[in-house]
Amino acid sequence: MFKGNFIQNLPKIYGTYTGGFFIFIILMAIAEQAGVSAKNIGVMFVAFTVLIYAMIGYLSRTIQVDAYYVAGRQVPTVFNGMATAADWMSGASFVALAGGVYFGGYTYMAFLVGWTGGYVLVATLMAPYLRKFGCYTVPDFIGTRYGGNLVRACSVFVLFIASFTYVTAQINATGTIASRALGIPFEAGVWVGLISILICSMLGGMRAVTWTQVAQYIVLIVAYLIPVFWISNKVGGGVFPHLMLGDEVARLGELEQQFGLVKNSAADMKAAGVPGGLKYISGSHSGVPEGGMAVWKYLSLAICMMVGTASLPHILMRYFTTPTVRAARKSVAWSLFFIFLLYSSAPMLATLSKLALMDPNLPTGIIGKSISDVQSIEWVQRWSEVKQVFIADFNGDGILQLNEWFMRGDVVVLATPEVAGLPFVISGLVFAGGMAAAMSTADGLVLAISNALSHDIYYKIIDPKADTAKRLLVARVLLVLIGAAGAYIASFRLTSILGSVAWAFDFAMSGLFFPLVLGVWWKRATRAGAIAGIMSGILSGLFYLLWVYPKFSVPIFGGVNTPFLGIDHLRFGMIGAPVCLVVMVVVSLMTKEPDAATQKMVDDTRIPTGKAILGKQH
Amino acid sequence: MSNKDAYWNKTRNHMIVTLVLWAFFSLVIFMFGSELNTMSFLGYPLAYYMTAQGSLLAFVVMLFWTANKQEKIDEEHGYSEREED
Repeated sequence: MFKGNFIQNLPKIYGTYTGGFFIFIILMAIAEQAGVSAKNIGVMFVAFTVLIYAMIGYLSRTIQVDAYYVAGRQVPTVFNGMATAADWMSGASFVALAGGVYFGGYTYMAFLVGWTGGYVLVATLMAPYLRKFGCYTVPDFIGTRYGGNLVRACSVFVLFIASFTYVTAQINATGTIASRALGIPFEAGVWVGLISILICSMLGGMRAVTWTQVAQYIVLIVAYLIPVFWISNKVGGGVFPHLMLGDEVARLGELEQQFGLVKNSAADMKAAGVPGGLKYISGSHSGVPEGGMAVWKYLSLAICMMVGTASLPHILMRYFTTPTVRAARKSVAWSLFFIFLLYSSAPMLATLSKLALMDPNLPTGIIGKSISDVQSIEWVQRWSEVKQVFIADFNGDGILQLNEWFMRGDVVVLATPEVAGLPFVISGLVFAGGMAAAMSTADGLVLAISNALSHDIYYKIIDPKADTAKRLLVARVLLVLIGAAGAYIASFRLTSILGSVAWAFDFAMSGLFFPLVLGVWWKRATRAGAIAGIMSGILSGLFYLLWVYPKFSVPIFGGVNTPFLGIDHLRFGMIGAPVCLVVMVVVSLMTKEPDAATQKMVDDTRIPTGKAILGKQH
Repeated sequence: MSNKDAYWNKTRNHMIVTLVLWAFFSLVIFMFGSELNTMSFLGYPLAYYMTAQGSLLAFVVMLFWTANKQEKIDEEHGYSEREED
């Protein structure tokens, strides 16, 4: 199956796979009718899909260096687009994005713009040139372009910080979904998740991850879109919600006026015992907050996410796998198209589920109803038991107000099918989709870290004479170790301390964006400039984070610091990246310009044809 | 000017045009969010539409356009790759 003209057969293989998945969904629907319990359907959905990924991972095993690191550079444009989309859309995108829009409204949607707009930077500034360069990893480019082990090690350092911040959150998400779907404790779920992740990546490296990510994309997009369209049609939102929810958005505006957007005081919430992580609606859904500061906060968040996207190694390395430079460019466009399918649906899902709960004229509406009635609704009971929803009657009138209803963001995706009265088979499908999203991102990240350590640190710095078998053995051992370290941290639930996935973007943009861009676009950039830029960028960003984030600043600086110009812990890249740029330019100009060989290397990188800078096997 | 330099000039100008469009859809329009929101598109307030869907769509279209345009520049200067697959 994976021999000979496998590449030509891809559309057929994945077409059959998609058809098979739909048949599986139908079988599950029949099983539900026949009386199989909801829990067993959830188990079967997750087990069946993970088994398929494991099989793909096993069939893609390899003993070749370039297959392990860059999938043999033969991944066709559209398929690489799907794989990148799965690599990109994390468990958080899948389960938390709609919830973010639900609670944050317009302000939160700076993330949507940021997480898509970044691909324009990837396509114009980075991907085609890195592909031409022929590197295996992102530090491989920096190490070769600027020359030297020190600059290589510095970029591995940034890669490690950014990707590891991200991967613990992903393993955490895998564990959460595995534990809910399989009905096992969270700690066990984390290790089940880890094993699934490793099976997909260990034997085949990038090649195995690529083909499982394509399979995971298909599952996750089906699992996201079916409920959105179904719910929309069921609650009268229209056949095609993306184009037809104008009235619903306007209605939400009216309801916000009617109920009022009230901000609860922290003391009230503490007194009522609202569980941690639960949110309530206090911002407008479509209204733009007034004032220059609000505009700046929107723009600065969008900038951080866009520039961060263009610096994240696990995304950039996906474009090393295409056959040509031209295919790398087109592949970025396809990636964004596949991402767009999900991202443009999240606000629609948020609108529909918000309306379902807020509109008193709908049978599903709960706001403005009596609290005792609401508490007797089945889904409210079930999600209350696991502390995912909470009701606090602040004014004591027995009526549920908008600011008295608390919910975890994930519930929007995980419970809306249930709230809208869809069969459980859809909820099972959503579990499988969430699992696919979390696993695919974790796979990409674990591989990015272990590849940088095995190729750039072990092979390029420690033991350049190592033979292929030894290199691949080291790569695999590191993969397992990194995965286990991530799972170990995740199992202690330390992720709440490690904070937000947004940090990964800020770290990456602080230390990697300008060294990568200037490496291609500015011949004058020197080794000393790059080293100084990377280290000053990442360290100033890190220092600012420690200073601005209360959980760190209280023990370290003995107090809470007011963010400088509204740059809070989500946006610390706004400090790191400019520092990196200025230092890199100044130090580069102070040192001797790069030698002729390096300048020629940059010239060759800029042209799509001709030999790659680094050979097929290096 | 050598062919290489001419090619790179064109590529750089194309990059600048793309990034101007990118900045327009990702930053400029959101500087005027409250003004835009008084207008409507498909029944949505315009700024809401742009952040939920419009700008995202603009990026997708922009990427296909920019890749095609760059391929033309490659061809003009004889740097077009043959498909190897």
